Amino acid sequence: MAVMDLAVRVRRGISSGAGKRLALGLAFVSPWLLGFLMFTVYPVVSSLYYSLHRYDLLRAPVFLGLGNYIEIFTEDPTFGTVVYNTFYYVLLSAPLGVVSAFLLASLLNTEIKGRPFFRAVFFIPAIVPAIVTAMVWSFLLNVQYGAINATLRGLGLSTIPFISSPRLAKPSLILIHMWAQGNAMVIFLASLQDIPRSLYEAATVDGANAWHRFWHVTIPMCTPVILFNLIMGFIGGFQNFTLPWLLTGGGPNQATEFYALFLYRQAFNYMRMGKASALAWILFVIIVAFTVTLFKSSARWVYYAGAGE
Amino acid sequence: MGIAAPTSDATSGRKIRGTPVGRPGSMRSRISTVLRYLLLIILAISFFLPFYWMMSSALKNDSQVFTVPPVWIPRPAHWNNFSDAWMQYNFSLYTVNTVFRYAIPVALGATVSSAVVAYGFSRLRWPGRDALFFICLTTMMIPFQVTMVPLFIVFRGLGWLNSYRPLVIPAFFGSPYFIFMLRQFFLTIPEELADAARIDGANELAIMVRIILPLARPALVVVALFQFMGAWNDYLGPLVYINRDAMYPLALAINQLRSTLAGVGISPLAYPYLMAVSTIATLPIVIGFFFTQRTFIEGISLTGLKG
Repeated sequence: MAVMDLAVRVRRGISSGAGKRLALGLAFVSPWLLGFLMFTVYPVVSSLYYSLHRYDLLRAPVFLGLGNYIEIFTEDPTFGTVVYNTFYYVLLSAPLGVVSAFLLASLLNTEIKGRPFFRAVFFIPAIVPAIVTAMVWSFLLNVQYGAINATLRGLGLSTIPFISSPRLAKPSLILIHMWAQGNAMVIFLASLQDIPRSLYEAATVDGANAWHRFWHVTIPMCTPVILFNLIMGFIGGFQNFTLPWLLTGGGPNQATEFYALFLYRQAFNYMRMGKASALAWILFVIIVAFTVTLFKSSARWVYYAGAGE
Repeated sequence: MGIAAPTSDATSGRKIRGTPVGRPGSMRSRISTVLRYLLLIILAISFFLPFYWMMSSALKNDSQVFTVPPVWIPRPAHWNNFSDAWMQYNFSLYTVNTVFRYAIPVALGATVSSAVVAYGFSRLRWPGRDALFFICLTTMMIPFQVTMVPLFIVFRGLGWLNSYRPLVIPAFFGSPYFIFMLRQFFLTIPEELADAARIDGANELAIMVRIILPLARPALVVVALFQFMGAWNDYLGPLVYINRDAMYPLALAINQLRSTLAGVGISPLAYPYLMAVSTIATLPIVIGFFFTQRTFIEGISLTGLKG
């Protein structure tokens, strides 16, 4: 729609000042525009095409209509489990990740010495390669000789089968997610430091104690960033792949078979490109619905100071 | 417990601190300070513990790995694990692949293209700019999985499998997240500087290259760094496109080492070797972060605020 609008304006005289500015602007953004057409628009459209076909890379695509979608929703026994696992993970990991990031940032924002040091320590888990995170945690949480269980055994306590138990595998992944919240934490820290001191002083004059100030000044002032981090958490959570792939491989007993893992297997293990594309579109719709709902709800709970900026 | 108290500035010294917090009670504020540090230190230790475990395990032999309670300081320390694992399993090759075939090309391509595009979206005024920028932002919502399958089919058709082209070439067309980040930064640079040059007859390309980009150097460094780290850490991308051992990046190679060691039945010794290569794969990232911490963190904050 906006693109059509642009095309009309382009036709209407390049010689005019607006036309010249348009041409210059488009020239500057042309790398993105080309990339957008080649690596976003084309694959999104052809993904829709493939989702209506059976395609195994070897034979020509065969039109199935909604066959892939019908199979996914009514015939595939794993799909229900996968959706349950994914929602379980997303609905817990996104809010808990935000809570973890927010509390760490709040703690860092108090009057402490060595803030850069602590900030670095809390931040580093977020930038370590996922493969390393997976290797270290699989070792740490190992039932037989992982550090945690070896310590428990040394103390004469019973061991915890973190990632080898279907019941604890998802909570373990959520725990690791909460440990790697450096990006969100840093964004929170910046927004905490932006809160004007005068607001706290005014609240104190009105007799607010520390808890009141936290609840009625700090939290409302941070709601835009809470929204931002929550959305990032949801979008990332729905696409979560590398850690469960490496740490649990979807197991035990499919307890961590998340959407992205299931989709990957359909595409690259079973060569079902059509079904994988249909799955991708379903995921896309879920993510858009979630994001839009969050944005809509934000009118009720997000506070924008100086709404003009 | 003072959690919400804003950070001190230069003017508020020790005496003022704590006074507005409920009743003064220096005793109470001292307790809260102690508790705060205690909490910080406990958290810092538990956040760092996995890395300590990684590094100490890298120095163990198989009997030390199995000991209950766990050994935290292995004696003797088997430093040769690092060189043994590295040499035996060809990790120099995987590092070269990661850095020169993947991370550096991506960092270069994405930084230059994102900067030019961000300039067009921030420093130039043209009809339709904001609508296109909005589209650019919304593409961030499209899951990787949607474009993964069709792009795989296209790149396979081009004969690009088992090369880094599918991962590197798209980076030369700008990345929305970094376009957004650089745009936010460019907007903070005063217009007057560019106007002066414009009056002198400089064209936009010259203004960008001579005035704006030098001022934006910290932001550009952050973008390059992020891209470098993103490529260094990437697992899914290479997993989809690369399955020839000689082309593996570090991430795939480490996982391969895990299955190799488990396959020949030396799983106890697998962990020290795995932890050794994991440590080596982590160090450049952590060291890089420590040297650029301030710019790095400013860069992230830039995307969150006004997001």
